Amino acid sequence: MSSNSNLSTMKRTVEQLKLEASVDRIKVSQAAADLQQYCLQNASKDALLVGVPAASNPFREPRSCALL
Amino acid sequence: MGEMEQLRKEAESLKDEITAARKAVQDLTLQDHVAGTAVVGRVQLKTRKTLRGHLSKIYAVHWGDSKLCVSASQDGKLIVWDSYTTNKVHAIPLKSSWVMTCAYAPSGNMVACGGLDNMCSIYNLKGKDGNVKVMRELAAHTGYLSCCRFLNDNEIITSSGDCTCVLWDIETGSQKTVFAGHLGDCMSLGVAPDFNTFISGACDFTAKLWDIRDGQCRQTFGGHESDINAIGFFPNGNAVITGSDDASCKLYDLRSDQELITYQDSGIMCGVTSLAPSFSGRLILAGYDDFNCNIWDSLKAERVGVLSGHDNRVSCIGVTPDGMACCTGSWDSFLKIWN
Repeated sequence: MSSNSNLSTMKRTVEQLKLEASVDRIKVSQAAADLQQYCLQNASKDALLVGVPAASNPFREPRSCALL
Repeated sequence: MGEMEQLRKEAESLKDEITAARKAVQDLTLQDHVAGTAVVGRVQLKTRKTLRGHLSKIYAVHWGDSKLCVSASQDGKLIVWDSYTTNKVHAIPLKSSWVMTCAYAPSGNMVACGGLDNMCSIYNLKGKDGNVKVMRELAAHTGYLSCCRFLNDNEIITSSGDCTCVLWDIETGSQKTVFAGHLGDCMSLGVAPDFNTFISGACDFTAKLWDIRDGQCRQTFGGHESDINAIGFFPNGNAVITGSDDASCKLYDLRSDQELITYQDSGIMCGVTSLAPSFSGRLILAGYDDFNCNIWDSLKAERVGVLSGHDNRVSCIGVTPDGMACCTGSWDSFLKIWN
């Protein structure tokens, strides 16, 4: 009967919401600090952020300079 | 009061409880915290390589390591590229050309794809005779395959238009776990850096965090006003970034269980199709329906760059594991490598 399946679906929804409500939450100030710190600590290794010298860029052909 | 009515009230009260609990830890906003931080300087990336070879729209691209990537096109081919040389390492003809996703195994031994055939096909790249053959066809989804990601050579997670995600045993071809709970098509998934959890984005406008081993949905994140098309983990595994048809991207923090920031601009009115964080997470590269890719400062939520060069929708994007470059794939049939 469809009313029985609606009931069991609703029971599952309630159980799932109980699970999600019970999760431990840290303060946003700490979460924000950790995100920022991760960005700062890894910034120097982030090629798209700081750029990469042509010589060590695997996607660029090494060019030799012609001295005129 | 009928049992149904009682349950409905209980559900509403639990939702209010979650909202209140999230607010209770909001002692500061991310914007407050980074108020003293400068926006990153303008990011100008150049196309270093153009990968030509597909004959139709590209729907997906995935890096295997920092040199090899696999792309899928509705020309019915998977191509494995050496991005340094632009050579095609493998060109794999598919049984079904209606492909929507592809994935490279972390080991480099296999690739997978799927789409409107509702199946995930696994290909062995390292077969004895050198030919690439279908190793397994994972069939059980009752809707299209929108995304797939390998955990290892024997396990893969798929997301589907049937509203579920599935963890498969590749050797036996069987479903180990079905992750059910989304109320709309699952469009995208991302695996956590520690491989213990994964996230899914769906057409019910929510993102869900799942425990891979016990199959439970641990957290659900709302706020988007339309389908979530793209999802990815922030590199440290503590946050999730989503991209939606509502023209915005959002960052949700897992440990404080809430949205921290939205990346949007009144000038952007088209949907986000794809996204990838840079190596440090400071930049978010997002592909849009308007043929461009915008680069966002993830902490300051300001646009700091644009990748323009495609003549049609940017459908997929990926950053190399070493962070050296990003690859965009487009309906214009080309892939471009930028740094």
